[in-house]
Amino acid sequence: MSDTHAQTVAYVRESFLEQAPPPERETGPIRWLRVNLFSNWFYAILTLLSIYVVYTLLSDFLPWLFNGVWNASDIRECREILQGATGGCFAVLAERWNQLLFGFSFPSDQYWRIVVAFLLFCIAAAPVLFAAVPRVLFVVTGLFPFVAYYLIWGGTILTPLAVLVGVVAGYFAYRRLVDQSFAMGLLGGVVAGLIVWWLAAFVPQDQPSFLALRPIPSRDLGGFALNLMLGVICVSLSLPFGILLALGRQSRLPIIKWICVVFIEFVRGVPLITLLFVANVVLAYFLPPGSNFDLILRVIIMITMFASAYIAEVIRGGLAALPRGQYEAADSLGLDYTQAMRLIILPQALKISIPGIVNVAVGLFKDTTLVSIISMFDLVGMIRGPILASTEWNGVYWELYGFAALLFFIVCYAISQYSQWLERQLNTEHR
Amino acid sequence: MKKTVLIGALTAGGLAAGMASAASLSDVQSRGTLNCGVSTGLVGFSAPDANGNWQGFDVALCRAVAAAVLGDPNAVEFVPTTGKTRFTSLASGEIDLLARNTTWTFSRDTDLGFEFTGINYYDGQGFMVPTNLGVTSALDLDGATVCVQTGTTTELNLADFFRANNISYEPVPVETNAEGQQQYLAGACDAYTTDASGLAATRAAFENPGDHVILPEIISKEPLGPLVTEGDSDASQWGDIVRWTLNALIAAEELGINSTNVADMASSAGDNPEVNRLLGTEGNLGEMIGLSNDWAVQAISAGGNYGELFERNIGENTPIGLARGLNALWTDGGLLYTPPFR
Amino acid sequence: MSTISEPPRTTFHPAMLINDTRYRGLTFQFVALVLIIVFMAFLGMNLVNNLALAGLNISFDFLGEPANYDINQALIPYSSRSTHLRAAIVGLLNTLLVAFMACITATIIGVFAGVLRLSKNWLVRKLMSVYVEAFRNVPVLIWILMIGTIVQQGPSPRVYLGEDPERGLFLGLFAFTNRGITAPAPVFGPGSLWVVLALVTGIVGAILWRRHVRKTLYASGRLLPNWPIFLILLLPPVIVFLLLGRPIGVDMPDVLANRFNIQGGIELQRPLIALWLALSVYTGAFIAENVRAGILSVSRGQTEAAASLGFRPNRIMNLVILPQALRVIIPPLISQYLNITKNSSLAIAVGYADITATLGGITLNQTGRAIESILLLMLFYLVVSLLISAVMNIYNSSVALKER
Repeated sequence: MSDTHAQTVAYVRESFLEQAPPPERETGPIRWLRVNLFSNWFYAILTLLSIYVVYTLLSDFLPWLFNGVWNASDIRECREILQGATGGCFAVLAERWNQLLFGFSFPSDQYWRIVVAFLLFCIAAAPVLFAAVPRVLFVVTGLFPFVAYYLIWGGTILTPLAVLVGVVAGYFAYRRLVDQSFAMGLLGGVVAGLIVWWLAAFVPQDQPSFLALRPIPSRDLGGFALNLMLGVICVSLSLPFGILLALGRQSRLPIIKWICVVFIEFVRGVPLITLLFVANVVLAYFLPPGSNFDLILRVIIMITMFASAYIAEVIRGGLAALPRGQYEAADSLGLDYTQAMRLIILPQALKISIPGIVNVAVGLFKDTTLVSIISMFDLVGMIRGPILASTEWNGVYWELYGFAALLFFIVCYAISQYSQWLERQLNTEHR
Repeated sequence: MKKTVLIGALTAGGLAAGMASAASLSDVQSRGTLNCGVSTGLVGFSAPDANGNWQGFDVALCRAVAAAVLGDPNAVEFVPTTGKTRFTSLASGEIDLLARNTTWTFSRDTDLGFEFTGINYYDGQGFMVPTNLGVTSALDLDGATVCVQTGTTTELNLADFFRANNISYEPVPVETNAEGQQQYLAGACDAYTTDASGLAATRAAFENPGDHVILPEIISKEPLGPLVTEGDSDASQWGDIVRWTLNALIAAEELGINSTNVADMASSAGDNPEVNRLLGTEGNLGEMIGLSNDWAVQAISAGGNYGELFERNIGENTPIGLARGLNALWTDGGLLYTPPFR
Repeated sequence: MSTISEPPRTTFHPAMLINDTRYRGLTFQFVALVLIIVFMAFLGMNLVNNLALAGLNISFDFLGEPANYDINQALIPYSSRSTHLRAAIVGLLNTLLVAFMACITATIIGVFAGVLRLSKNWLVRKLMSVYVEAFRNVPVLIWILMIGTIVQQGPSPRVYLGEDPERGLFLGLFAFTNRGITAPAPVFGPGSLWVVLALVTGIVGAILWRRHVRKTLYASGRLLPNWPIFLILLLPPVIVFLLLGRPIGVDMPDVLANRFNIQGGIELQRPLIALWLALSVYTGAFIAENVRAGILSVSRGQTEAAASLGFRPNRIMNLVILPQALRVIIPPLISQYLNITKNSSLAIAVGYADITATLGGITLNQTGRAIESILLLMLFYLVVSLLISAVMNIYNSSVALKER
């Protein structure tokens, strides 16, 4: 039956047809083009417009990039080699790369110190940034400030060691006393640290050349390394201050609250450049007669002030975003203020605030270029100052600014990608 | 990283302890280096070269002072300053000496509380225009756009000049000489004005210097000189040291002392009593300003006499290519005239 | 019973200042206050001592002295004989001008780029991402310097100044040079006030007509024509203008006045253009991100719900998505406006005479009054910032979600 059945009912097909390919316009690149670029006349116009824009940009940019001169001693030689053709004069980068990266007065045989410090920083930052990294590396993070100080500023290794001993002593004092009360622990820690510092301060003075690296005055720091250093130092310093300010602003004690509010609003209300003017021009008047911080330290103080106000606002956002129940739960457990903050509130609030903090950090790092306006030779300062002023390279703009932009782009883009990744990691909300 | 800064603060505080607001000889000597304020980059006067060493006419003066005071021309810490920051840096004691082609004016000398210790370059403000503009006098610049460095006396002189001649102009403020040059070459301004020395230096760096002409009018007097803070007697002694170091360099040229023969001439007293007094082989001029008697020898051997410094940094054989002009010795028809060493 | 409900009356004990939570707060605050006062006093004493040592004083008298320098762009009459105070005000107005202009264009650019980043067009989307990332990740100072250099690349005015000048002007009206854009300027003669008043009357009339149209529509369902609105708007000023003998004239750019610059007309100068452009595109990239986040924050259900009610796509955007997205967009937008104002302080990098360049730059330099100048400068920015936040907060609360 089954045989005949097929023959009797003619329209029932008994074998599979070959799978036909989808229609031409629904597959492959054509479909992709149609859906993504030409889905209607408006998008078609937009696409054509964009192609035109891209073409114009690239037709100028690519010859400039690939036809560039990498080997010349000054801009006139560049022009001679190019003979009027489009092309960048990248010889300036080839000749001055070390000044752009490290500043002009940093001794060139000591560049390795900054490189090592930078590599160590990457290792030290890893456990903070990525939870998957072995916790052991936190040791590196803890030691990094001391090693970096030793590497960058030089001098005897005893100075950072003495400070390290003081910090460790303070930490142990804190651990012993913190069970009684947090305030006691803190006080004890600080006192112990100060005593050890005071005692230890005599050792480096006695042995100024023990395992000493060549001391480098902070004035000699410059170039992109200065931007990186200012960024790292000021962001790390501003975190604790930012937390304190945020807590102060959320506090129920009116005087403390108002001090914090005034400080935060003042700092956020003025441009960074005015604060740098203060550091450069005015701050000296407010220090005791006879004291004189060097410029980089004054700048660090002001940028840290600036950054902590912004970070305080981010953390305040994090504190406000915590459900009220968390505060109440902490109270109902009978925790006092410091315990509640340390154990319940801050860990959660900080976690929420991390992307915001990273954004502030990126912004701050970009803003470190403003120090060029107050006669410090960071990357932009090097370009606008010594390099463009020199007779050899006066007139080379795009290559230098492009290089500076590229360096900043790489660092900031990496950080912002990290921030987005982190946001996805921390996003425990299910959509 | 936070502790790093604390240490920085401690060490910086430690290093800086005892530094008074007004610089004094003992401060400099106990520190072992001279903090000298210079410009952030003006080729010929003070600019770091490709190797990062500071070079220039103002820099040479700093080195001479360091040599006179500390016996080492390299014991100088150069502090780059902008037009805005230079006076505060000096007032706050961050620098001991400002050698940043600064014009000696009444108010700076009196109201700002500084002391100019002489003139190391007689300058005047001029204009540069493209030749094809057909301008032959600054008075033809009615309605022109003029690039001017902001924060300098040139800005004030420019306003005064155009106002006095009842002609109009449009200023374009620029921050640095390099930017002024960029704007001028791009045609964003018709004329560029700054000190004539700066104009010459800028023009020398052009691709086609012949396409640009420096107008004959010099619209101001710009006596450029080093300055220190005014203050108590210690500070006034410090001012004397800087003043007489500069004078020693000028006198050395006048007396025929240069970097090659100075050691020779200082080895024993010669026939010329003024040379002997200057080089310390006779009398005790050095002690009077708190230095050793061979201070002038040190200062001159640091880089040579005034003429040598001029020729090496900004003279006719350098890219800057300045003639001595007003800066020749008075015996050659210039204005350099040092008080006697007596 | 009463003994239980009443707390035991303890006498006050000094140790309670630290151990008793009721008093501890007071102690902390007192200590903080004392510390702050001591710190301030320390700074103040240092200031007094340092000033005495340097033989200086604090005085604002310099504001009344002639400034002696010229400013290339002044919105109020200014010459080199004007006072430092007036120079500061000129700078202040310039700051406000560029900030205002940049806020508007940055918003427009930002909204466009933000919406286009969510577009279905792959190329446009990628292009906008490149724009946003490039501008967000490079310091604003570098952008200002680069855009300042770009703006310089235009033709110099000499191109327009020549034998046959009319040929050069765009449409016979505009000149684009590397010193700025020149356009015809209106000249207000006597009687022009009446024309302006007539224009105001026209606008008021037009608004009244619109209201009337709506009223009749709601009351009777009759839709009155919309075109009389143009008559009401334009007729009064035109009639008054003609009656009074054309009191408002036009000042055309004059290319023959001298051999350096185009005179006459109104000129948008290069420094302003450069700074305006730089701030706009830089901040536009940030606003684009805010806009994108705002639109994404409106859940898809809203779009679908609106679509199922039969709204057309542009109506969905205007009536459903944007009003909700605005609530998310506006707070960060405010801080972007603040950033524009603050970033405009970098004006001197392109030669724009804002308040940082006049008061905080030239005046500070020429008078040596660093403390006073910087104090005034900070005060100005502080006031502007607080004003912008205040105004924007009011607006923000008006669009905020009305919750019960």
